[in-house]
Amino acid sequence: MSVTRYHSQLRQSAAERRAETHPLTWRLRDDGARIGLDEYVGKDGYAAVREVLNRQSPDDVVATMKEANVRGRGGAGFSAGMKWSLTMKGGSIPRGYLVCNADEMEPGTFKDRLLLEQQPHLLIEGMILGAYANHSRYGYIFLRGEYVEAARAVQQALDEAREAGWLGDDIAGSGFDFDIALHTGAGRYICGEETALISSLEGKRANPRAKPPFPGQSGAWGKPTVVNNVETFCNAPAVMAHGAKWYQDLSGELSNDGGTKLFGVSGKVERTGLWELPIGTPGRELLERAGGLRDGKALKTWLPGGGSTGFLLPEHLDSALDFDTIGKLGSRLGTGLLTVVNEDQSVLSLVRNLEQFFARESCGWCTPCRDGLPWTVKLLQALERGEGERGDVELLDKLADDLGPGKTFCAHAPGAAMPLASALQYFRDEFERGVTHPPRTAHADPIPVGQI
Amino acid sequence: MATIHVDGQRYDVDGADNLLDACLSLGLDVPYFCWHPAMGSVGACRQCAVKQFKDEDDTRGKLVMSCMTPASDGSWISIDDDEAREFRASVVEWLMINHPHDCPVCEEGGHCHLQDMTVMTGHDRRRYRFRKRTHRNQYLGPFIAHEMNRCITCYRCVRFYRDYAGGTDLGAFGANDNIYFGRHQEGVLESPFAGNLTEVCPTGVFTDQTHSERYTRKWDLQFAPSLCHQCAVGCNISPGERYGDIRRIENRYHGEVNRYFLCDRGRFGYGYVNRDDRPRLPEWRSDRGDERVTLEVDAALDRGADRLRSARRVIGIGSPRASLESNHQLRALVGEGNFSTGIAAAEQRLLARMQTLNRECGLPTPTLRDVEHHDAVLILGEDLIASAARVALSVRQAAQARREALAAERGIPAWNDAAVRTLGQDRYHPVFIAYPAATELDDITAGGWTLAPDDIARLGFAVAHEIDAAAPAVDHLDAATREAAREIAASLLAAERPLVISGGSLGSEAIVEAAGNVARALARRACRGSLMLVRREANSTGLALMGGAPLEWALDELESRRADAVVILENDLHQRLPSARIETALDAAETVVVLDHQRTATWERAHLGLPAAAFTEADGTLVSLEGRAQRFFQVFDPAYMRPETRIRESWRWLHVLRADVLRHDVGDIALDAVTRDCARHYPDLAAIIDAAPGADYRVRGLKLAREPQRYSGRTAMRAHINVSEPRAPQDPDSAFTFSMEGYNGFDRPREEVAFAWAPGWNSPQAWNKFTDEVGGHLRAGDPGVRLLAPRPGGYRYADAIPAVHRPAEDEWKVVVLPRLFGGDETSARAAPIQTRAGAPVVRLAADDAARLGVRDGQPLRVAGEHGALVLPARCEASWPAGTIGVPAGIEPWPAGGEAVTLAVAATQANEEGRA
Repeated sequence: MSVTRYHSQLRQSAAERRAETHPLTWRLRDDGARIGLDEYVGKDGYAAVREVLNRQSPDDVVATMKEANVRGRGGAGFSAGMKWSLTMKGGSIPRGYLVCNADEMEPGTFKDRLLLEQQPHLLIEGMILGAYANHSRYGYIFLRGEYVEAARAVQQALDEAREAGWLGDDIAGSGFDFDIALHTGAGRYICGEETALISSLEGKRANPRAKPPFPGQSGAWGKPTVVNNVETFCNAPAVMAHGAKWYQDLSGELSNDGGTKLFGVSGKVERTGLWELPIGTPGRELLERAGGLRDGKALKTWLPGGGSTGFLLPEHLDSALDFDTIGKLGSRLGTGLLTVVNEDQSVLSLVRNLEQFFARESCGWCTPCRDGLPWTVKLLQALERGEGERGDVELLDKLADDLGPGKTFCAHAPGAAMPLASALQYFRDEFERGVTHPPRTAHADPIPVGQI
Repeated sequence: MATIHVDGQRYDVDGADNLLDACLSLGLDVPYFCWHPAMGSVGACRQCAVKQFKDEDDTRGKLVMSCMTPASDGSWISIDDDEAREFRASVVEWLMINHPHDCPVCEEGGHCHLQDMTVMTGHDRRRYRFRKRTHRNQYLGPFIAHEMNRCITCYRCVRFYRDYAGGTDLGAFGANDNIYFGRHQEGVLESPFAGNLTEVCPTGVFTDQTHSERYTRKWDLQFAPSLCHQCAVGCNISPGERYGDIRRIENRYHGEVNRYFLCDRGRFGYGYVNRDDRPRLPEWRSDRGDERVTLEVDAALDRGADRLRSARRVIGIGSPRASLESNHQLRALVGEGNFSTGIAAAEQRLLARMQTLNRECGLPTPTLRDVEHHDAVLILGEDLIASAARVALSVRQAAQARREALAAERGIPAWNDAAVRTLGQDRYHPVFIAYPAATELDDITAGGWTLAPDDIARLGFAVAHEIDAAAPAVDHLDAATREAAREIAASLLAAERPLVISGGSLGSEAIVEAAGNVARALARRACRGSLMLVRREANSTGLALMGGAPLEWALDELESRRADAVVILENDLHQRLPSARIETALDAAETVVVLDHQRTATWERAHLGLPAAAFTEADGTLVSLEGRAQRFFQVFDPAYMRPETRIRESWRWLHVLRADVLRHDVGDIALDAVTRDCARHYPDLAAIIDAAPGADYRVRGLKLAREPQRYSGRTAMRAHINVSEPRAPQDPDSAFTFSMEGYNGFDRPREEVAFAWAPGWNSPQAWNKFTDEVGGHLRAGDPGVRLLAPRPGGYRYADAIPAVHRPAEDEWKVVVLPRLFGGDETSARAAPIQTRAGAPVVRLAADDAARLGVRDGQPLRVAGEHGALVLPARCEASWPAGTIGVPAGIEPWPAGGEAVTLAVAATQANEEGRA
């Protein structure tokens, strides 16, 4: 199958990508074919595993990862090293699980797919390092079910690695044992939430779990469990090979965050695709690399990192794309894959489409998400059809607020609320145009209820 | 302890609680749905949001779910905070989006937690103007009605059904706002605790189907504190009556016994009290061949008294399903030397042994609440689901409590339900069960053995010997049994609180003795263990304490003409011994007087039948299997709506009959006098006076109301009989009125609560207002008084160890298996229980079946001393060879241990199961 049909294409040539500057993608070939075990090992693959497992302690790995400040590439930006330092290990604590979150289903996001399809050994190497650091006994790659090509590539790589002794007992003669199984999901967005992922992995309903206790204390089957994104794990081999300072320096003056980021652009631009660039690269450079907007249209708005991030305006294009800077603008870096909206597109319709997706993908556990999101969809549909009532936009304000952080069980509804709230802020007139008549009489004040 | 500040007020609370629990325990109202006092917190509904502040000076604070936030020392929270109130209003508004608002036709209305919470949060206007999602409903069996459109998706049903009660056939399906709680396909809910869904569900998704046909709102029902009469556990219930019929049974909270949950036999087995064919007037015939005539009270008493007065000697046959007071009055009528307990000799011997063991084995008898705090359980010869279902539910909690212990080691609070389950997985406190068949607790057991009764006893004796070498050893023990005994003994000794459960269900004295030996051995090893012994009927324990000759003695006295008259109290003798034996004895009697509320085979033999009050129409005292004497109170006066009836409490009938026999003036009698008299007569029962407050009990000078304040229709409900409203019936026997007049509040602590209601709390969640803390004890103390205190005794081990069970070539030993549905004399007469009972089968080992050439479902003829029985065979691989299992409640024979022959029957069994 030709990979050129996909959006998930790296738009940087092999000449541009070097080991010192492109830790994630430098091994990738221009033809997009999968890097097999031999080629991977030939390009320094599994060198970090051999080095670390034989010469460093698990605590060294955690310390280096912490110092490098590799922030979670799944979207939340939590320090991987910090997460690994909080995993319960030693003493009577049983060896637990290391789980790779490869359930990439964020609207507008296709970065993990590239790594999974073309360079699965990098992920496996990162997971071995993670397992060593976290004292994990077994690993799972929880893969989005629709990623059939990735499943094939990952399974092939797992077989190759096991055959070559990179998985199984006594890895690289270090005495450390660890193996990985591939688990393909059944297609729910919520499985990308780490605790829902664990529930699903256990064969239960994909409901998230309350924290604390965190998965690192009591995760899959009650054992310490570490869940990280594909890209996060893929950073580990280079960090361990070249050190924390090198990693920090990759982003130079651009950002306080270290390393590179697999950025991408989708929407009505000339050239959609992926680029590995230092974290903190401004959105304008990405837009330029994407060839600007198609048909000479003007940029109306953009989402910095998937459907669950807040809308930003053209004036925000010069800000650094890193977790803190985008956070200060009231949005989130998310996955770092830009969704571009041009002047002809309706933000109202776009938001309706997103909320429909999030409402459908709610697991149904907590009330605001389960019953609040469908209400926003119905209101947005009414506005879209020009059947809105006075008060609808204010009701959407209230719903967006009530679906916010701290009020719902997990981050799903707050993620859904963010594009809604920011759209209401920046493009309120589009919503108000849908209001065509006053509230109907049924809304008159009811009979007052007395004290009981 | 922890100090928390709620809306500026300082409170001392239990710091191990969450904030919701702490606030409710303080009497503060916080609305909630997904939390349940018995099931902990999961944080799903978001209804209990409050504002939490960092400290005294923090004015911003943030919203937290009070159920998921520990009540840690120095917490500052606000329930009243505007943002918190608004958010809670939003939550209930979301919950009501798809709710059908069908309160007027919904059977939850009036005791609906959703109604209460909606009012509490002030949600009174609808802004959602779009379509609602709808669901289809399922048939879930004869007990539970299903209406999914009302669902607010709190997940309490599946959490109770699966996580708490171990059921598997109810689940959550679908996602987003299309979650469906039901079975994978229509069908009877299998859990014997399914009825609790009607109270666990905060709205009308799961309602009581047995109540549905003649439905009445809670506020229109008349209640009294009552006791379940369907087994020996002594669960507290509130039966609700309207127009002279019991409409439903609600759980009545007892902090030491049933707490929030009942079994389905107890909740749905009440139908026998409403049967149309119940005797409601005295019935008389001077000769057996005559037609029966109905009589007025005085005429009936006079004729009965005449016959008894002229009799040479009158035998009284009591009943373990009747109150102590009624049994005592019968004994007073016939004299101590002429009184039989009405219990067959074999069972009575067992009851006597169990009573002795409870006192002298050295270990106390636990309450149900206490059962849940044991960390290793050995169950010998009991299928608790069948013989004392509510105990099984507590044993399950004891096993699952291991998870809480594990969670505590990781700092996870016990109330954090999902986290506790995640960490604990399938790690349980060890439960060992030896029984002839698989039991419904097997999913949590550390070890289960399907053995013949004698082998169960041998295993028990071997365990005792392993614990204490001074206990007699078991001869010819095979290696597997020895290994099992060692494993069990090691687990019991390793536990902080081991629990031994056994009982009389299999009719085996050896099993009870073996359990006694294990208990003694544990006591000698200074274990803080307990021994629970299961009795069969509601007052079996009480009758054993009262004493009396066994049923066979009474029959012998009649048969041998040493007595010529008999008075039988609420007892169908045909259920206890083979009919032929009963018939011969009753034929020999010149006079048979029967008091009962059911038209039983024994009633059909009576010269004089006196219509007795069922438990809902009478007061009295029962002693449960834990030795707790508890009082049940009359729910309604049967003559109010049916003036033609002449139903009286048995003790009242017997009192006046005795007066008539002695030609005394019939003095007025009230319950308290009978109870006092009873307590005086039997030293073991001296404390029963304290089981409940007497008829002179008052709160603020008021009697207690049986009816809610909003009880309607009082002036009209009898209009079809007489347009003049009579005076409400007076109750000389208790402190309750047959009226809404009287005290019904929660603020003055009282033990006996007819129905739980507090302002704003109409649902069963109102019990939180009556307890000292959520899930604790009633503030005035839990009802009842315990009679079976341990006595310092000489430990003497039983040493009659049976030989190993060896299957015979062409003979099978009978094991009578108790049944939850259909295995109890009275509830088996209730239609929904009959539907649920299922067809009786005879169980046998698959190898035996192969040898006989009988296939599963084929009719099998069981022939014994007293006749033959044809039942379909059920072949089980694990069933012990050389024995067969027949269900209880079909025929009183073959008795346990009896030898029978088996043959493939040519014809299908008829309905009665007789050949």
